[in-house]
Amino acid sequence: MATVTPDSADTAHASDESMREATPTAHAPEEHASAGGHAHPSNWLYVKVAIYLALLTAFEVFTYFETVHGWGDTAIIIMLVIMMLLKFFLVVAFFMHLKFDSPIFWRLFVFGLILAMAVYMVMLTAFRFW
Amino acid sequence: MTAEAPAHTEEHHTSTGLSNEKLAMWVFLGSECLLFGGLISTYMFNKGRIGPDDVGPNDVFDIPFTSVSSFVLLMSSLTMVFAVSSIARGDLRGNRIWLAATAALGVTFVAGQVYEFTAFYSEGLGFTTNLFGSAFYALTGFHGAHVTIGIVMLMSLLVMSMRGNLGPERAETVEIIGLYWHFVDIVWIVIFTIVYLFPQ
Repeated sequence: MATVTPDSADTAHASDESMREATPTAHAPEEHASAGGHAHPSNWLYVKVAIYLALLTAFEVFTYFETVHGWGDTAIIIMLVIMMLLKFFLVVAFFMHLKFDSPIFWRLFVFGLILAMAVYMVMLTAFRFW
Repeated sequence: MTAEAPAHTEEHHTSTGLSNEKLAMWVFLGSECLLFGGLISTYMFNKGRIGPDDVGPNDVFDIPFTSVSSFVLLMSSLTMVFAVSSIARGDLRGNRIWLAATAALGVTFVAGQVYEFTAFYSEGLGFTTNLFGSAFYALTGFHGAHVTIGIVMLMSLLVMSMRGNLGPERAETVEIIGLYWHFVDIVWIVIFTIVYLFPQ
């Protein structure tokens, strides 16, 4: 493992600074990093995510009305599940910052989610739900 | 709307290099998946177990009303992220405004749920009327209780801020409560689809 002396750290820091000055668009335009390396999206990105969420919700509600019931229940359920997962992912990734935060948080949450889904799928199967 | 660099630059001297409080919140939210998974699967299992003359989902659900409630809760997640970003850049006044807006939207959602429960009860669907009623009230009631706890936490933050005890150095506290609030929102995303919108 390489050791970092104060001098080398300073040199690296200076190098980082010069890199940042040389490449002002190193980060994506809608993100910027804090001192801890955890990037924060801009408020405009949050607004865009909220607009997508609102549009997905509107489309979900649209599927409820009689005019689309000719599509069949299975098709509607598949569409609703896809839209639900999209909304779920948008909130978790952007509003909860998992896209920008440490992967440990992501793993902890997904572990709980997958465990819950597995346990209750088994439960529903045992009760012959399907 | 522009964003500035967050003011908080604290490092976490922990074995993981991450905040223990934030880690604990994520573990808690992971465990909450099991709680709501149990309630949702119980609802799915029991929603069709009603007699021919019993009150069922098609008799009581008011989709346009619940859609507006869902939209209100979704938008409260937007105001919550604004609260987190405003405190991170040291904008205390903005933080108070967004916290108050989030709490107000949360109160609107809970008020809508109370109205919905009252309407369902007057239409003959009580907690013990049938298995659908029990599963529905247990699931949405637990969610409503979570929203109410979130509102209490938001109001506590607001009081702390007004007393001068919530500065940029405590931005992570707002972020952690924000995580809880967003979790309540994603649970509702699932409930709204499975309970209200799935063809009955």
